[in-house]
Amino acid sequence: MEKFTTHTGIAAPLQRSAVDTDQIIPAVYLKRVTKTGFDDALFASWRQDPDFVLNQPAYQGASILVAGPDFGTGSSREHAVWALRDFGFRVVLSPRFADIFRGNAGKQGLVTGVISEADLEAIWAAITADPGIRMTVDLEARTATVGDLEIAFDIDDYTRWRLLEGLDDIGLTLRNEDKIAQFEARREAWRPRTLPVR
Amino acid sequence: MSTTDSGIPDRPRTLAEKVWDDHLVVKGENGEPDLIYIDLHLVHEVTSPQAFDGLRAEGRPLRRLDLTIATEDHNTPTLEIDKPIADLTSRTQIDTLRRNAEEFGVRLHSLGDKEQGIVHVVGPQLGLTMPGITVVCGDSHTSTHGAFGAMAFGIGTSEVEHVMATQTLPLKPFKTMAITVEGELKPGVTAKDVILAIIAEIGANGGQGYVLEFRGSAIRSLSMEGRMTMCNMSIEAGARAGMIAPDETTFAYVQGKPHAPQGQDWDDAVAYWRTLPSDEGAVYDAEVFLDANQLEPFVTWGTNPGQGVSLSDIVPDPASFTDPNERAAAERALEYMDLAAGTPLKDVAVDAVFMGSCTNSRIEDLRAFASVIEGRTKAEGVRVMVVPGSARVRLEAEAEGLDKIFTEFGAEWRFAGCSMCLGMNPDQLAPGERCASTSNRNFEGRQGKGGRTHLVSPLVAAATAVVGRLASPSDLPALEKVGA
Ligand code: SF4
Repeated sequence: MEKFTTHTGIAAPLQRSAVDTDQIIPAVYLKRVTKTGFDDALFASWRQDPDFVLNQPAYQGASILVAGPDFGTGSSREHAVWALRDFGFRVVLSPRFADIFRGNAGKQGLVTGVISEADLEAIWAAITADPGIRMTVDLEARTATVGDLEIAFDIDDYTRWRLLEGLDDIGLTLRNEDKIAQFEARREAWRPRTLPVR
Repeated sequence: MSTTDSGIPDRPRTLAEKVWDDHLVVKGENGEPDLIYIDLHLVHEVTSPQAFDGLRAEGRPLRRLDLTIATEDHNTPTLEIDKPIADLTSRTQIDTLRRNAEEFGVRLHSLGDKEQGIVHVVGPQLGLTMPGITVVCGDSHTSTHGAFGAMAFGIGTSEVEHVMATQTLPLKPFKTMAITVEGELKPGVTAKDVILAIIAEIGANGGQGYVLEFRGSAIRSLSMEGRMTMCNMSIEAGARAGMIAPDETTFAYVQGKPHAPQGQDWDDAVAYWRTLPSDEGAVYDAEVFLDANQLEPFVTWGTNPGQGVSLSDIVPDPASFTDPNERAAAERALEYMDLAAGTPLKDVAVDAVFMGSCTNSRIEDLRAFASVIEGRTKAEGVRVMVVPGSARVRLEAEAEGLDKIFTEFGAEWRFAGCSMCLGMNPDQLAPGERCASTSNRNFEGRQGKGGRTHLVSPLVAAATAVVGRLASPSDLPALEKVGA
């Protein structure tokens, strides 16, 4: 997982609230056997509308999503995070996230910043006034800057640390690699092996 | 709490605690999970694709190929196994597993291979499942392997990837529940009846958060097959795992299997395994007692495995449940099952009998089924499917001539796989069809959309196939020449 310190990219306004994971990625895409390549599935039904924000030329290549409250509710599918990530999003800002979605996001390197409703309105106003304007998200400082608007966002210390260090769950465990290797060195010979010992 | 030099608490411990302690890589501090080493990782086609893809995306190798083994089971057909799989999703999952196994170097037993079969039948028959180890698989019925005194539990796809990459899992310790079954089982009462009775007693959620340890004289008298049936279904009580202390029965079963330890390793292993049973005075977080002498053949009437009664009983009246949730669940279940309260279960006619699944598809189960049907005729209009748990079980059964007994009776003798345990392959119930099934889940639609499932033992399944209604062997008229 890539380390996240600061990121600058186009911010897209998703002016809806209670965007659930079925809207982020419809169930039919869950049949796939991969963990990547879900970019086509993101907001699949909304994207059929040419006027949908992510279809507008100004927002092509957007990497920061600024959404209404209660983002990521509904089914706990991890695919919702994969789809956002594969589409190119590095950050989602919203006044409220569903807990499971937020947990999944932190494990996959997607920053979820909680902002106030007032700041949400201010950002929406700024980015719709100048579509395609770039925003800078500073995870260290927990700030988002667009034009001369700078707002603070919330993210818990532990998730922030993981994202700054680029540690997914596996990366976290592998910080104990030496301990795993020591354990393996003292494992008894009788324990099962599926292959002849190499 | 006092501890020994090794950091292991110096107090009587349960079987589960001992296995846990012996797999501690890092003890979690301040409420963080422990890091637990995994001895054996079983892989199948449904829950592995995204895990392999995750490894690939991060450029990570699979850490211990020698502790990993894969088989094809959920999606595989049980007829014409040499033909391409018709269903596209099923075929994609199987093909993906084959490609991944090849790319990463994982040992895979594919359809047509002698060791192919249901993942929970394959591990024990190869001698890979043994006492005192940790076993995981992306499948909830991994609890099966606890029958050997192993700590075995199902995990999700992201955990599958975690184990592939690190051979460990971050886990919080489970609570322990002792389920003591004392006494002697009546003839015709099997491990399946015991576990169905336990689930009816503690409820389909009664085991939530616990590792169940089955103990007592009735459990000790069970064969390994019977113990696997019990542990297999501990998940149906909501438990994380089920365990049974290893004893001479366990050692005798493991000894001589292809991957069983040999020579000095065997002696070392057995010496260690003998230390595993729970210590005198070990404390469990919960305890349940059952009188084996009182148990009868058991059958489910509803749509969760806790909704069961003795076969000689009647379909319960939902009004008899005091808990409003249970009452509502019973009402819904009876509607789905198309059963009227008060109906004797032995009056319930079935369309199909399914003999198979990781609960009851080992050689002993097939022998039990055959012993009842031998020399009898199948009830007219009832479809009977016998599906061995693995290709090896199939061969064994054929060597004993069981296949002849099945086919002469009018049953279909199939190739190994999960088959009609779940509607993921071609073996499914039609809407409205009723089935006596030796599998483990009677959820709505589990055996096919609209299908109705009654969970039973192999003996009850066999008698039901003869009568056409739910029945136990004791309901059958005596044969002139009684079978085994
Ligand atoms: S037989 Fe049934 S319960 Fe067992 S692994 Fe297969 S699908 Fe799951």
